[in-house]
Amino acid sequence: MAERTRAAAGAPTGTVRAVLADARLVAGKDLRLELRSRVGLSQVLPFALLVVLLFAFALDPDRRVLGAATPGLYWMVVLFSSVLAVGRTFAVEAEDGVLDGLRLSGLSPAGIYLGKVGALLVELLVLDLVLALAVVVFYGTEISGPVLLAAVVATATVGIAGAGGAYGGLTARMRGRDTLLPLLLLPLLAPVLIGGTRGVEVALGRDAGPGWPWVGLLGIFALVYLTLGTLMFRPLLEDA
Amino acid sequence: MAPVVHLHQAVALIGRFPALAGVDLDVDAGEVVLLRGPNGAGKTTLLRACAGLVPVVSGTAEVLGCDLVADRSAVRRRVGMLGHATHLYDDLSVTENVDFWARAAGATKEDGRAALDRLGVASRLHDLPVRALSAGQRRRVSLAAVLARRPEVWLLDEPHAGLDAAGRDVVDGLMAEAASVGATVLFASHELDRAEAVARRTVVVAGGTVQRDDRGQDGRRPEEGSGG
Repeated sequence: MAERTRAAAGAPTGTVRAVLADARLVAGKDLRLELRSRVGLSQVLPFALLVVLLFAFALDPDRRVLGAATPGLYWMVVLFSSVLAVGRTFAVEAEDGVLDGLRLSGLSPAGIYLGKVGALLVELLVLDLVLALAVVVFYGTEISGPVLLAAVVATATVGIAGAGGAYGGLTARMRGRDTLLPLLLLPLLAPVLIGGTRGVEVALGRDAGPGWPWVGLLGIFALVYLTLGTLMFRPLLEDA
Repeated sequence: MAPVVHLHQAVALIGRFPALAGVDLDVDAGEVVLLRGPNGAGKTTLLRACAGLVPVVSGTAEVLGCDLVADRSAVRRRVGMLGHATHLYDDLSVTENVDFWARAAGATKEDGRAALDRLGVASRLHDLPVRALSAGQRRRVSLAAVLARRPEVWLLDEPHAGLDAAGRDVVDGLMAEAASVGATVLFASHELDRAEAVARRTVVVAGGTVQRDDRGQDGRRPEEGSGG
Protein backbone atom coordinates (compact mmCIF):
# COMPACT_ATOMS: atom_id res chain seq x y z
CA MET A 1 0.00 0.00 0.00
CA ALA A 2 2.86 2.35 0.83
CA GLU A 3 4.30 1.80 -2.64
CA ARG A 4 0.94 2.66 -4.11
CA THR A 5 0.75 5.62 -1.78
CA ARG A 6 4.09 6.93 -2.99
CA ALA A 7 2.98 6.74 -6.58
CA ALA A 8 -0.41 8.24 -5.84
CA ALA A 9 1.22 11.13 -4.01
CA GLY A 10 3.35 11.86 -7.04
CA ALA A 11 6.51 10.81 -5.22
CA PRO A 12 9.29 9.68 -7.50
CA THR A 13 9.49 5.92 -7.79
CA GLY A 14 12.47 5.56 -10.15
CA THR A 15 15.51 4.34 -8.26
CA VAL A 16 17.86 7.32 -8.60
CA ARG A 17 15.10 9.92 -8.36
CA ALA A 18 13.61 8.16 -5.36
CA VAL A 19 16.99 8.02 -3.62
CA LEU A 20 17.57 11.72 -4.26
CA ALA A 21 14.06 12.59 -3.06
CA ASP A 22 14.68 10.58 0.12
CA ALA A 23 18.03 12.32 0.56
CA ARG A 24 16.40 15.76 0.25
CA LEU A 25 13.78 14.81 2.84
CA VAL A 26 16.37 13.53 5.33
CA ALA A 27 18.74 16.47 4.76
CA GLY A 28 15.90 18.94 5.27
CA LYS A 29 14.90 17.20 8.49
CA ASP A 30 18.49 17.17 9.79
CA LEU A 31 19.05 20.85 9.01
CA ARG A 32 15.74 21.73 10.66
CA LEU A 33 16.81 19.72 13.71
CA GLU A 34 20.06 21.67 13.84
CA LEU A 35 18.23 24.98 13.50
CA ARG A 36 15.91 24.01 16.35
CA SER A 37 18.49 22.53 18.73
CA ARG A 38 21.43 24.81 17.79
CA VAL A 39 23.89 22.27 19.13
CA GLY A 40 26.32 23.01 16.31
CA LEU A 41 26.07 26.73 16.78
CA SER A 42 26.18 26.77 20.55
CA GLN A 43 28.55 23.86 21.23
CA VAL A 44 30.55 22.56 18.25
CA LEU A 45 31.47 25.97 16.84
CA PRO A 46 32.57 27.47 20.19
CA PHE A 47 34.62 24.31 20.85
CA ALA A 48 36.37 24.70 17.49
CA LEU A 49 37.11 28.39 18.08
CA LEU A 50 38.39 27.61 21.55
CA VAL A 51 40.88 25.06 20.20
CA VAL A 52 42.08 27.53 17.55
CA LEU A 53 42.63 30.07 20.32
CA LEU A 54 44.41 27.56 22.58
CA PHE A 55 46.80 26.63 19.77
CA ALA A 56 47.54 30.34 19.39
CA PHE A 57 48.29 30.65 23.12
CA ALA A 58 50.48 27.55 23.07
CA LEU A 59 52.57 28.55 20.05
CA ASP A 60 52.33 32.34 20.06
CA PRO A 61 55.78 32.98 21.56
CA ASP A 62 57.21 31.61 18.33
CA ARG A 63 55.16 33.06 15.47
CA ARG A 64 57.23 31.14 12.93
CA VAL A 65 56.11 27.81 14.37
CA LEU A 66 52.49 28.92 14.48
CA GLY A 67 52.70 30.14 10.88
CA ALA A 68 54.29 26.92 9.66
CA ALA A 69 51.83 24.74 11.58
CA THR A 70 48.69 26.67 10.61
CA PRO A 71 47.49 24.34 7.80
CA GLY A 72 47.89 21.23 9.96
CA LEU A 73 46.35 22.89 13.00
CA TYR A 74 43.40 24.03 10.90
CA TRP A 75 42.65 20.51 9.74
CA MET A 76 43.15 19.02 13.19
CA VAL A 77 40.52 21.40 14.55
CA VAL A 78 38.21 20.63 11.64
CA LEU A 79 38.58 16.88 12.18
CA PHE A 80 37.97 16.99 15.94
CA SER A 81 34.98 19.29 15.48
CA SER A 82 33.67 17.04 12.71
CA VAL A 83 33.70 14.06 15.07
CA LEU A 84 31.44 16.03 17.41
CA ALA A 85 29.14 17.05 14.56
CA VAL A 86 28.92 13.49 13.21
CA GLY A 87 28.23 12.13 16.69
CA ARG A 88 25.45 14.65 17.19
CA THR A 89 23.78 14.01 13.83
CA PHE A 90 23.50 10.29 14.58
CA ALA A 91 22.76 10.64 18.29
CA VAL A 92 19.34 12.07 17.41
CA GLU A 93 18.60 8.94 15.38
CA ALA A 94 19.46 6.69 18.32
CA GLU A 95 17.00 8.40 20.66
CA ASP A 96 13.55 6.96 21.25
CA GLY A 97 13.81 4.22 18.66
CA VAL A 98 14.15 6.57 15.71
CA LEU A 99 16.54 4.18 13.95
CA ASP A 100 13.77 1.57 13.92
CA GLY A 101 11.48 4.25 12.56
CA LEU A 102 13.91 4.93 9.75
CA ARG A 103 14.18 1.23 8.96
CA LEU A 104 10.38 0.98 8.80
CA SER A 105 9.93 4.25 6.98
CA GLY A 106 10.26 3.11 3.40
CA LEU A 107 13.17 5.49 2.85
CA SER A 108 16.02 3.93 0.91
CA PRO A 109 19.16 3.39 3.01
CA ALA A 110 21.20 5.14 0.30
CA GLY A 111 18.83 8.11 0.48
CA ILE A 112 19.12 8.25 4.27
CA TYR A 113 22.92 8.14 3.99
CA LEU A 114 23.14 10.81 1.30
CA GLY A 115 20.67 13.02 3.15
CA LYS A 116 22.64 12.82 6.36
CA VAL A 117 25.88 13.47 4.48
CA GLY A 118 24.30 16.45 2.72
CA ALA A 119 23.16 18.06 5.97
CA LEU A 120 26.50 17.30 7.60
CA LEU A 121 28.29 18.86 4.63
CA VAL A 122 26.34 22.11 5.00
CA GLU A 123 27.10 22.26 8.74
CA LEU A 124 30.80 21.47 8.24
CA LEU A 125 31.20 24.03 5.46
CA VAL A 126 29.87 26.71 7.79
CA LEU A 127 32.32 25.48 10.42
CA ASP A 128 35.19 25.55 7.86
CA LEU A 129 34.38 29.12 6.91
CA VAL A 130 34.22 30.40 10.48
CA LEU A 131 37.43 28.56 11.36
CA ALA A 132 39.21 30.00 8.33
CA LEU A 133 38.20 33.51 9.40
CA ALA A 134 39.37 32.74 12.94
CA VAL A 135 42.75 31.56 11.66
CA VAL A 136 43.15 34.75 9.61
CA VAL A 137 42.26 36.89 12.61
CA PHE A 138 44.06 35.03 15.42
CA TYR A 139 47.11 33.73 13.52
CA GLY A 140 47.52 36.69 11.15
CA THR A 141 47.45 34.30 8.18
CA GLU A 142 47.46 35.67 4.63
CA ILE A 143 45.78 33.75 1.84
CA SER A 144 47.58 33.82 -1.50
CA GLY A 145 45.31 31.39 -3.36
CA PRO A 146 41.71 31.84 -2.24
CA VAL A 147 40.22 29.77 -5.07
CA LEU A 148 42.56 26.88 -4.40
CA LEU A 149 41.88 27.20 -0.68
CA ALA A 150 38.12 27.04 -1.24
CA ALA A 151 38.50 24.03 -3.52
CA VAL A 152 40.73 22.15 -1.07
CA VAL A 153 38.45 22.87 1.88
CA ALA A 154 35.25 21.99 0.00
CA THR A 155 36.62 18.74 -1.44
CA ALA A 156 38.16 17.61 1.83
CA THR A 157 34.92 18.40 3.66
CA VAL A 158 32.93 16.23 1.26
CA GLY A 159 35.29 13.39 2.18
CA ILE A 160 34.91 14.05 5.89
CA ALA A 161 31.11 14.14 5.61
CA GLY A 162 31.11 10.98 3.47
CA ALA A 163 33.23 8.98 5.89
CA GLY A 164 31.45 10.49 8.90
CA GLY A 165 28.06 9.50 7.51
CA ALA A 166 29.14 5.87 7.17
CA TYR A 167 30.87 5.53 10.53
CA GLY A 168 28.22 7.56 12.32
CA GLY A 169 25.66 5.04 11.06
CA LEU A 170 27.83 2.13 12.15
CA THR A 171 28.28 3.38 15.72
CA ALA A 172 24.86 4.98 16.18
CA ARG A 173 23.44 2.36 18.51
CA MET A 174 26.68 0.98 19.93
CA ARG A 175 27.49 1.31 23.56
CA GLY A 176 30.34 3.77 24.02
CA ARG A 177 29.73 5.28 20.60
CA ASP A 178 31.11 8.64 21.76
CA THR A 179 34.56 7.14 22.20
CA LEU A 180 34.30 4.56 19.42
CA LEU A 181 33.48 7.07 16.72
CA PRO A 182 36.75 9.04 16.88
CA LEU A 183 38.72 5.80 17.21
CA LEU A 184 37.22 4.50 13.98
CA LEU A 185 36.82 7.73 12.05
CA LEU A 186 40.07 9.62 12.63
CA PRO A 187 42.41 6.95 11.18
CA LEU A 188 40.16 6.74 8.12
CA LEU A 189 40.48 10.49 7.65
CA ALA A 190 44.30 10.52 7.77
CA PRO A 191 44.54 10.83 3.96
CA VAL A 192 42.18 13.82 4.09
CA LEU A 193 44.33 15.40 6.80
CA ILE A 194 47.48 14.92 4.71
CA GLY A 195 45.96 16.06 1.41
CA GLY A 196 44.12 18.96 3.01
CA THR A 197 47.20 20.17 4.86
CA ARG A 198 49.38 20.05 1.73
CA GLY A 199 46.74 21.79 -0.34
CA VAL A 200 46.26 24.56 2.22
CA GLU A 201 50.05 25.00 2.50
CA VAL A 202 50.12 25.78 -1.22
CA ALA A 203 47.05 28.05 -0.97
CA LEU A 204 48.71 30.01 1.84
CA GLY A 205 51.96 30.34 -0.10
CA ARG A 206 53.93 28.15 2.34
CA ASP A 207 54.73 25.63 -0.38
CA ALA A 208 55.62 26.55 -3.96
CA GLY A 209 54.45 23.21 -5.40
CA PRO A 210 51.25 22.71 -7.39
CA GLY A 211 48.08 22.68 -5.30
CA TRP A 212 45.44 21.32 -7.66
CA PRO A 213 46.73 17.72 -7.66
CA TRP A 214 45.87 17.70 -3.94
CA VAL A 215 42.33 18.75 -4.81
CA GLY A 216 42.19 15.85 -7.26
CA LEU A 217 43.45 13.41 -4.64
CA LEU A 218 40.96 14.69 -2.07
CA GLY A 219 38.24 14.36 -4.70
CA ILE A 220 39.15 10.70 -5.24
CA PHE A 221 39.02 10.04 -1.49
CA ALA A 222 35.66 11.81 -1.28
CA LEU A 223 34.30 9.73 -4.15
CA VAL A 224 35.51 6.50 -2.59
CA TYR A 225 33.99 7.35 0.81
CA LEU A 226 30.68 8.39 -0.75
CA THR A 227 30.49 5.30 -2.94
CA LEU A 228 31.30 2.93 -0.09
CA GLY A 229 28.93 4.73 2.25
CA THR A 230 26.07 4.60 -0.25
CA LEU A 231 26.61 0.89 -0.88
CA MET A 232 27.25 -0.09 2.73
CA PHE A 233 24.61 1.92 4.53
CA ARG A 234 21.93 -0.75 4.21
CA PRO A 235 23.92 -3.37 6.20
CA LEU A 236 25.14 -0.62 8.54
CA LEU A 237 21.55 0.39 9.23
CA GLU A 238 20.60 -3.26 9.86
CA ASP A 239 23.41 -3.79 12.34
CA ALA A 240 23.03 -0.42 14.04
CA MET B 1 -7.08 -16.55 0.50
CA ALA B 2 -3.54 -16.78 1.89
CA PRO B 3 -3.10 -15.46 5.41
CA VAL B 4 -1.57 -12.01 5.79
CA VAL B 5 0.70 -13.29 8.54
CA HIS B 6 1.94 -16.85 8.25
CA LEU B 7 4.44 -18.18 10.77
CA HIS B 8 5.38 -21.84 11.01
CA GLN B 9 7.95 -22.99 13.53
CA ALA B 10 9.46 -19.49 13.35
CA VAL B 11 12.58 -19.01 15.45
CA ALA B 12 14.07 -15.62 16.24
CA LEU B 13 17.14 -14.96 18.33
CA ILE B 14 17.93 -12.00 20.55
CA GLY B 15 21.66 -12.43 20.84
CA ARG B 16 21.90 -16.18 21.44
CA PHE B 17 18.58 -16.38 23.27
CA PRO B 18 15.70 -17.88 21.26
CA ALA B 19 13.07 -15.20 21.96
CA LEU B 20 10.78 -17.00 19.52
CA ALA B 21 11.21 -20.74 19.79
CA GLY B 22 9.01 -22.15 17.02
CA VAL B 23 5.94 -19.95 16.65
CA ASP B 24 2.95 -21.13 14.61
CA LEU B 25 0.45 -18.43 13.74
CA ASP B 26 -1.80 -17.54 10.81
CA VAL B 27 -3.67 -14.24 10.71
CA ASP B 28 -6.06 -13.21 7.95
CA ALA B 29 -6.81 -9.81 6.49
CA GLY B 30 -9.19 -7.77 8.62
CA GLU B 31 -8.46 -9.67 11.84
CA VAL B 32 -7.73 -7.92 15.13
CA VAL B 33 -5.57 -10.23 17.21
CA LEU B 34 -4.58 -9.71 20.82
CA LEU B 35 -1.26 -11.17 21.91
CA ARG B 36 -1.20 -11.79 25.62
CA GLY B 37 1.21 -13.39 27.97
CA PRO B 38 3.59 -12.65 30.83
CA ASN B 39 6.54 -10.28 30.59
CA GLY B 40 9.34 -11.82 28.55
CA ALA B 41 6.95 -14.21 26.80
CA GLY B 42 8.06 -13.09 23.34
CA LYS B 43 5.14 -10.81 22.39
CA THR B 44 7.31 -7.82 21.53
CA THR B 45 9.77 -9.99 19.62
CA LEU B 46 6.88 -11.53 17.69
CA LEU B 47 5.62 -8.09 16.69
CA ARG B 48 9.13 -6.89 15.80
CA ALA B 49 9.77 -10.04 13.77
CA CYS B 50 6.54 -9.44 11.81
CA ALA B 51 7.77 -5.89 11.14
CA GLY B 52 11.05 -7.21 9.80
CA LEU B 53 13.04 -5.65 12.61
CA VAL B 54 14.14 -8.92 14.22
CA PRO B 55 15.57 -11.64 11.96
CA VAL B 56 13.73 -14.96 11.78
CA VAL B 57 16.54 -17.47 11.52
CA SER B 58 14.57 -20.64 10.79
CA GLY B 59 11.09 -21.87 10.04
CA THR B 60 8.66 -20.07 7.77
CA ALA B 61 7.75 -16.42 8.23
CA GLU B 62 5.69 -14.52 5.69
CA VAL B 63 3.90 -11.21 6.09
CA LEU B 64 1.90 -9.82 3.17
CA GLY B 65 3.56 -12.45 1.02
CA CYS B 66 7.06 -11.23 1.87
CA ASP B 67 9.44 -13.95 3.00
CA LEU B 68 10.98 -12.58 6.19
CA VAL B 69 13.62 -15.29 6.34
CA ALA B 70 15.00 -14.39 2.92
CA ASP B 71 14.55 -10.58 2.99
CA ARG B 72 12.94 -8.90 5.95
CA SER B 73 13.33 -5.37 4.59
CA ALA B 74 10.69 -5.70 1.87
CA VAL B 75 7.77 -5.84 4.28
CA ARG B 76 8.73 -2.84 6.38
CA ARG B 77 7.22 -0.11 4.27
CA ARG B 78 3.88 -1.92 4.28
CA VAL B 79 3.50 -2.31 8.03
CA GLY B 80 3.01 0.25 10.77
CA MET B 81 4.65 -0.44 14.10
CA LEU B 82 4.27 1.28 17.42
CA GLY B 83 6.50 -0.14 20.11
CA HIS B 84 7.60 1.17 23.45
CA ALA B 85 9.54 3.90 21.66
CA THR B 86 7.69 6.68 19.87
CA HIS B 87 10.12 7.26 16.95
CA LEU B 88 9.82 11.02 17.36
CA TYR B 89 12.44 13.76 17.16
CA ASP B 90 12.33 15.78 20.37
CA ASP B 91 13.44 19.07 18.79
CA LEU B 92 10.99 19.01 15.90
CA SER B 93 7.42 20.14 16.28
CA VAL B 94 4.47 17.77 16.26
CA THR B 95 3.60 18.73 12.69
CA GLU B 96 7.19 18.46 11.48
CA ASN B 97 7.51 14.98 12.95
CA VAL B 98 4.31 13.67 11.43
CA ASP B 99 5.05 15.37 8.10
CA PHE B 100 8.45 13.74 7.98
CA TRP B 101 7.23 10.21 8.65
CA ALA B 102 4.23 10.64 6.36
CA ARG B 103 6.32 11.92 3.47
CA ALA B 104 8.92 9.20 4.07
CA ALA B 105 6.17 6.67 3.39
CA GLY B 106 5.01 8.56 0.31
CA ALA B 107 1.97 10.06 2.01
CA THR B 108 1.25 13.79 2.02
CA LYS B 109 1.27 16.53 4.61
CA GLU B 110 -2.51 16.49 4.44
CA ASP B 111 -2.50 12.81 5.39
CA GLY B 112 -0.39 13.76 8.40
CA ARG B 113 -2.76 16.57 9.45
CA ALA B 114 -5.77 14.30 9.03
CA ALA B 115 -4.09 11.65 11.16
CA LEU B 116 -3.37 14.19 13.91
CA ASP B 117 -7.02 15.23 13.85
CA ARG B 118 -8.14 11.60 13.97
CA LEU B 119 -5.94 10.99 17.02
CA GLY B 120 -7.38 14.02 18.70
CA VAL B 121 -4.11 15.94 18.93
CA ALA B 122 -5.24 19.49 19.67
CA SER B 123 -4.19 22.06 17.08
CA ARG B 124 -2.61 24.24 19.79
CA LEU B 125 -0.02 21.45 20.20
CA HIS B 126 0.89 21.19 16.52
CA ASP B 127 3.69 23.75 16.59
CA LEU B 128 5.14 22.70 19.94
CA PRO B 129 8.37 20.69 20.02
CA VAL B 130 7.69 17.09 20.88
CA ARG B 131 9.89 17.40 23.98
CA ALA B 132 7.22 19.68 25.48
CA LEU B 133 4.50 17.01 25.26
CA SER B 134 3.36 14.60 27.94
CA ALA B 135 3.92 10.86 27.46
CA GLY B 136 0.30 10.36 26.43
CA GLN B 137 0.42 13.19 23.91
CA ARG B 138 3.63 11.78 22.45
CA ARG B 139 1.91 8.42 22.10
CA ARG B 140 -0.95 9.99 20.16
CA VAL B 141 1.45 11.83 17.85
CA SER B 142 3.36 8.61 17.27
CA LEU B 143 0.14 6.79 16.40
CA ALA B 144 -0.76 9.63 14.04
CA ALA B 145 2.56 9.10 12.25
CA VAL B 146 1.69 5.41 11.86
CA LEU B 147 -1.85 6.17 10.70
CA ALA B 148 -0.60 8.62 8.07
CA ARG B 149 1.31 5.75 6.45
CA ARG B 150 -1.94 3.80 5.96
CA PRO B 151 -0.29 0.47 6.77
CA GLU B 152 -1.69 -2.85 5.65
CA VAL B 153 -0.63 -4.50 8.90
CA TRP B 154 -0.69 -2.72 12.25
CA LEU B 155 1.73 -4.02 14.87
CA LEU B 156 1.08 -2.34 18.19
CA ASP B 157 2.92 -3.05 21.41
CA GLU B 158 0.93 -1.86 24.43
CA PRO B 159 -0.95 0.75 22.38
CA HIS B 160 -2.99 1.89 25.39
CA ALA B 161 0.04 2.55 27.58
CA GLY B 162 0.29 6.11 28.86
CA LEU B 163 -3.04 7.19 27.35
CA ASP B 164 -5.99 8.65 29.19
CA ALA B 165 -9.47 7.14 28.84
CA ALA B 166 -10.30 9.26 25.81
CA GLY B 167 -7.02 8.31 24.16
CA ARG B 168 -7.66 4.63 24.78
CA ASP B 169 -11.06 4.92 23.15
CA VAL B 170 -9.47 6.58 20.15
CA VAL B 171 -6.94 3.74 19.85
CA ASP B 172 -9.67 1.11 20.09
CA GLY B 173 -11.64 2.93 17.41
CA LEU B 174 -8.56 3.16 15.24
CA MET B 175 -7.92 -0.59 15.42
CA ALA B 176 -11.55 -1.38 14.59
CA GLU B 177 -11.46 1.10 11.73
CA ALA B 178 -8.26 -0.38 10.32
CA ALA B 179 -9.76 -3.86 10.39
CA SER B 180 -12.95 -2.64 8.75
CA VAL B 181 -10.99 -1.52 5.69
CA GLY B 182 -9.18 -4.84 5.45
CA ALA B 183 -6.01 -4.09 7.38
CA THR B 184 -4.72 -6.62 9.89
CA VAL B 185 -4.04 -5.66 13.49
CA LEU B 186 -1.79 -7.53 15.92
CA PHE B 187 -1.40 -5.94 19.30
CA ALA B 188 0.03 -6.87 22.66
CA SER B 189 -1.59 -5.62 25.80
CA HIS B 190 -1.81 -6.28 29.50
CA GLU B 191 -5.09 -4.38 29.77
CA LEU B 192 -7.11 -7.48 29.14
CA ASP B 193 -10.67 -6.24 29.67
CA ARG B 194 -10.27 -3.45 27.17
CA ALA B 195 -8.10 -5.43 24.77
CA GLU B 196 -10.37 -8.46 24.64
CA ALA B 197 -13.32 -6.23 23.90
CA VAL B 198 -11.55 -4.96 20.78
CA ALA B 199 -9.88 -8.16 19.61
CA ARG B 200 -11.79 -10.86 17.79
CA ARG B 201 -9.14 -13.37 18.69
CA THR B 202 -6.68 -13.88 21.52
CA VAL B 203 -3.35 -15.62 21.18
CA VAL B 204 -1.49 -16.55 24.34
CA VAL B 205 2.27 -16.39 24.01
CA ALA B 206 4.65 -17.85 26.58
CA GLY B 207 8.22 -19.08 26.43
CA GLY B 208 8.58 -17.85 22.87
CA THR B 209 5.80 -20.06 21.53
CA VAL B 210 2.06 -19.84 21.00
CA GLN B 211 0.50 -21.64 23.96
CA ARG B 212 -3.13 -21.10 23.05
CA ASP B 213 -5.04 -19.64 20.15
CA ASP B 214 -8.75 -19.10 20.69
CA ARG B 215 -9.56 -18.83 17.00
CA GLY B 216 -12.89 -20.60 16.55
CA GLN B 217 -13.91 -22.76 13.65
CA ASP B 218 -15.50 -19.74 12.03
CA GLY B 219 -12.54 -17.53 12.82
CA ARG B 220 -14.44 -15.77 15.60
CA ARG B 221 -13.60 -15.55 19.26
CA PRO B 222 -15.34 -18.24 21.32
CA GLU B 223 -17.79 -17.33 24.06
CA GLU B 224 -15.52 -17.97 27.00
CA GLY B 225 -12.39 -15.94 27.72
CA SER B 226 -8.97 -17.46 27.44
CA GLY B 227 -8.37 -17.28 31.16
CA GLY B 228 -5.31 -16.21 33.14
